[in-house]
Amino acid sequence: MTSHFLTRSLDRSATVFLTIVAAVGVLLPLLNLLLPDTSILHVPTYLMTLFGKYVCYAVLALSIDLIWGYCGILSLGHGAFFALGGYAMGMYLMRQIGPRGVYADPVLPDFMVFLNWKSLPWYWQGFDMFWFAALMVVLVPGVLAFCFGWLAFRSRVTGVYLSIITQAMTYALLLGFFRNDFGFGGNNGLTDFKDILGFNVQAEGTRAALFTLSCLALAVSFLICRAVVGSKLGKVLIAIRDAESRTRFLGYRVESYKLFVFTLSACIAGVAGALYVPQVGIINPSEFAPGNSIEAVIWVAVGGRGTLVGAALGAVVVNYAKTLFTSGMLAPYWLFMLGALFVLVTLLLPKGIFGTWNAWRDARQVTGLTDDPHSATFEDGAVKPHMAE
Amino acid sequence: MFFNSDVLRHVAGRIRRAGAILALSITMWSGCPGIAAHAGSFEDDVALLAARSFTESETAVTHLQVSGNPLAYPIISALKDGRLYAEEDSKKVFIKGPDGKIIDAANGQSVGALPDGAGVVRLNNRLRRTIDAALGSLTLLSPDVSVRVRAAQSVFKNHEESSLAPLDAALKNESNDAARKALTAARAAVILFKADASEADKLDAITIIKARGDQEALALLSGLPGDMSPAVARAATAAMTSIKGNLALWSTVQNAWYGLSLGSVLLLAAIGLAITFGVMGVINMAHGEMVMVGAYTTFVVQETIRTSYPTAFDYSLLIAVLLAFVVAGAIGVLIERTIIRFLYGRPLETLLATWGLSLILQQAVRTIFGPNNREVGNPSWMSGAFDIGQITITYNRLWILCFALTVFIILLAMLRFTRLGLEMRAVTQNRRMAASMGIATSRVDALTFGLGSGIAGVAGVALSQIDNVSPNLGQSYIIDSFMVVVFGGVGNLWGTLIGAFTLGIANKFLEPVAGAVLGKIAILVLIILFIQKRPRGLFALKGRAVDA
Repeated sequence: MTSHFLTRSLDRSATVFLTIVAAVGVLLPLLNLLLPDTSILHVPTYLMTLFGKYVCYAVLALSIDLIWGYCGILSLGHGAFFALGGYAMGMYLMRQIGPRGVYADPVLPDFMVFLNWKSLPWYWQGFDMFWFAALMVVLVPGVLAFCFGWLAFRSRVTGVYLSIITQAMTYALLLGFFRNDFGFGGNNGLTDFKDILGFNVQAEGTRAALFTLSCLALAVSFLICRAVVGSKLGKVLIAIRDAESRTRFLGYRVESYKLFVFTLSACIAGVAGALYVPQVGIINPSEFAPGNSIEAVIWVAVGGRGTLVGAALGAVVVNYAKTLFTSGMLAPYWLFMLGALFVLVTLLLPKGIFGTWNAWRDARQVTGLTDDPHSATFEDGAVKPHMAE
Repeated sequence: MFFNSDVLRHVAGRIRRAGAILALSITMWSGCPGIAAHAGSFEDDVALLAARSFTESETAVTHLQVSGNPLAYPIISALKDGRLYAEEDSKKVFIKGPDGKIIDAANGQSVGALPDGAGVVRLNNRLRRTIDAALGSLTLLSPDVSVRVRAAQSVFKNHEESSLAPLDAALKNESNDAARKALTAARAAVILFKADASEADKLDAITIIKARGDQEALALLSGLPGDMSPAVARAATAAMTSIKGNLALWSTVQNAWYGLSLGSVLLLAAIGLAITFGVMGVINMAHGEMVMVGAYTTFVVQETIRTSYPTAFDYSLLIAVLLAFVVAGAIGVLIERTIIRFLYGRPLETLLATWGLSLILQQAVRTIFGPNNREVGNPSWMSGAFDIGQITITYNRLWILCFALTVFIILLAMLRFTRLGLEMRAVTQNRRMAASMGIATSRVDALTFGLGSGIAGVAGVALSQIDNVSPNLGQSYIIDSFMVVVFGGVGNLWGTLIGAFTLGIANKFLEPVAGAVLGKIAILVLIILFIQKRPRGLFALKGRAVDA
């Protein structure tokens, strides 16, 4: 099935993208591990971890692009699914600490000993096994998205209403996870991890492996998303994006399509979060902050929504800019720039970097053939700037 | 504290001259000859304190309490605060004032410095209790009404039998109603706990305590010893039930009031949003920042008034309301003309662009005014509080409720009776039809956005009175305001009104049950479920406009 989609739907940009991801995923760790520190080409571990973070963000951006770019669902709460996946992985990592914690309790994580809890809550059971945690990474965001989507789509909550409700969802989770008695470490979240699958999370080798895994996850989720949007299902999704009522009148069960793609997207976001946590070494409730989710949406907008490649690109570019500007003397101006990015991209660059570049390239090709650039932009059906609500 | 060393010196100077005061005090105590008879001379009692024995200190305190000497209060409170020094050999006792001045406790004369042998008179818990009771009854006669009331409250709580005599004396001279009431209740408490009081007296006491009806009365009654006569015990149980019912009622009223207060804040924050969303279909994520702009306008106005016209401070809010409307409204029109105008028909993009704007505005305010909270004062007519039954209502909350309703009514009237209102309603109902009728929809849009932003600015003035004025002010309201609008629907302003007050009251009634955070989560979940039934809110637009 997958190979069929591969041969059919891999156009040039997708091939280039996958090649780059694969090359980076292999080369960066090699340059980090094999070359001596003195070499010019040596990649410091911090840089690799930083890029690992970006790759996880890129996966999150893909998941947002899948629903926003192809189905018109603007979720302002996707950070919640990301964080839930992260928490599931964090719980596994906490259980791996075992008796090496500050309080040396063989079972209970430090914060529970500190809160004077006597036994592990039921929802922490099973997280000492990796397969279970890995299942939960996908399942918890998936089930939440399914329930939430089922309620929302069935009663035809659409457009900005849905955006606001998703924002309220992540806000509610933020409030909940801040509480100590929720059992997820409260304000401090989960941190101080030691091992993952028996390997030290701090070790360079583990970090390199995690980086490669993140790149793999990016490639796999990219292929999954492509498979979805390239299939007949994907065509229906685009139809829903452009004219929801008409699609419904044509006999498609709009809510089922939306529910499927929303749940799938949440699962992908969960995986992104799970890979993110061991690399940054902490997960805390601030990941649920509504601002984070909106920021993730702007990555997609900057890269170009409805392009998948653009979304991943946008995540890396915006976050690299963020790292660059928040660390130097320009730090106080970063929010100005981020704000301006929101405004300018929506006003001047509705297709994003990648979408605009695509349109320009297509226009040039068509110009070569017909000398009429206007018809080309008109034909560009991949991204419609004027989207029906 | 109730006294300082100036007062002390003043008092001390008068002791020698004004025998009249002493005579008066003694007449006051003449109602309790039994206790007064125990007391030796004032100087002997003071000297007892120098004995460095807890029992003797306690005797000294009980004697000083009824001595009627004006120095008794300074001595006992100094003892309480560890400022009382004694020299064992000479049996001399000294008070060290809060400012370090030393006074001889026996005669009130100033002393240059503490003698070398003097040490602090020590306390134990038993002695502390005696001291508290003694201080309580001593202040029963204070010239300050609020001090008298507080003293009566403390007697009510500790119901020491020894306070009965001072209470009677105080009651005899009391002219203030509130103080008299407090004293009577305190006396009833003492009688109730007095072992040898008659049953009839105790029953009367219970009636008085029941009439008081607050948490403390309940605590007092539930602390009654078990060896009461059956009639008294029955009366006490009945009184407790009645007080409990009374308290439950008042706590409901209290929650309702808090709910109304929160609702008024939500209404203020959401009403501008309802206008922009309702008329233009624009989700303005920078709405909270307009509120913030209003709050900072208040700050600037108050700073200007403080430095230039300090006498006009009470009018600062009136000026700020007008100015905040103009400033926020102007920013709103500017935003509409430069950004939102180009994004009509693309609600999701509008949402993102306005979110970006909110980041810019926040950071701008942070750059100009700094990241910390700014001090915004309450004018005199907004500070303070008054009591109704068992609840306290602060003036600022009350004013904000009135203000929110006023803004609501003005807006309603504006939409109903002015030309702009008519045009706005026309555009809400059918934009294209309105345009065909010659309404300049783009002008209406700009004015509507300006109006919505201006209202947000006005809300900021009100919120500056109860919340911290910081760059994050708007953020904390934006999600709640959206909930109000989603819940109420965008059809008309009544939806916003009902939505705001429903959410406010529901929040405050859930809070005591589930806790503040869980209550909020419950509300969010309930709204998500509510949307199932009514996807477009309580008061939804009907007809073709819905799918526009």
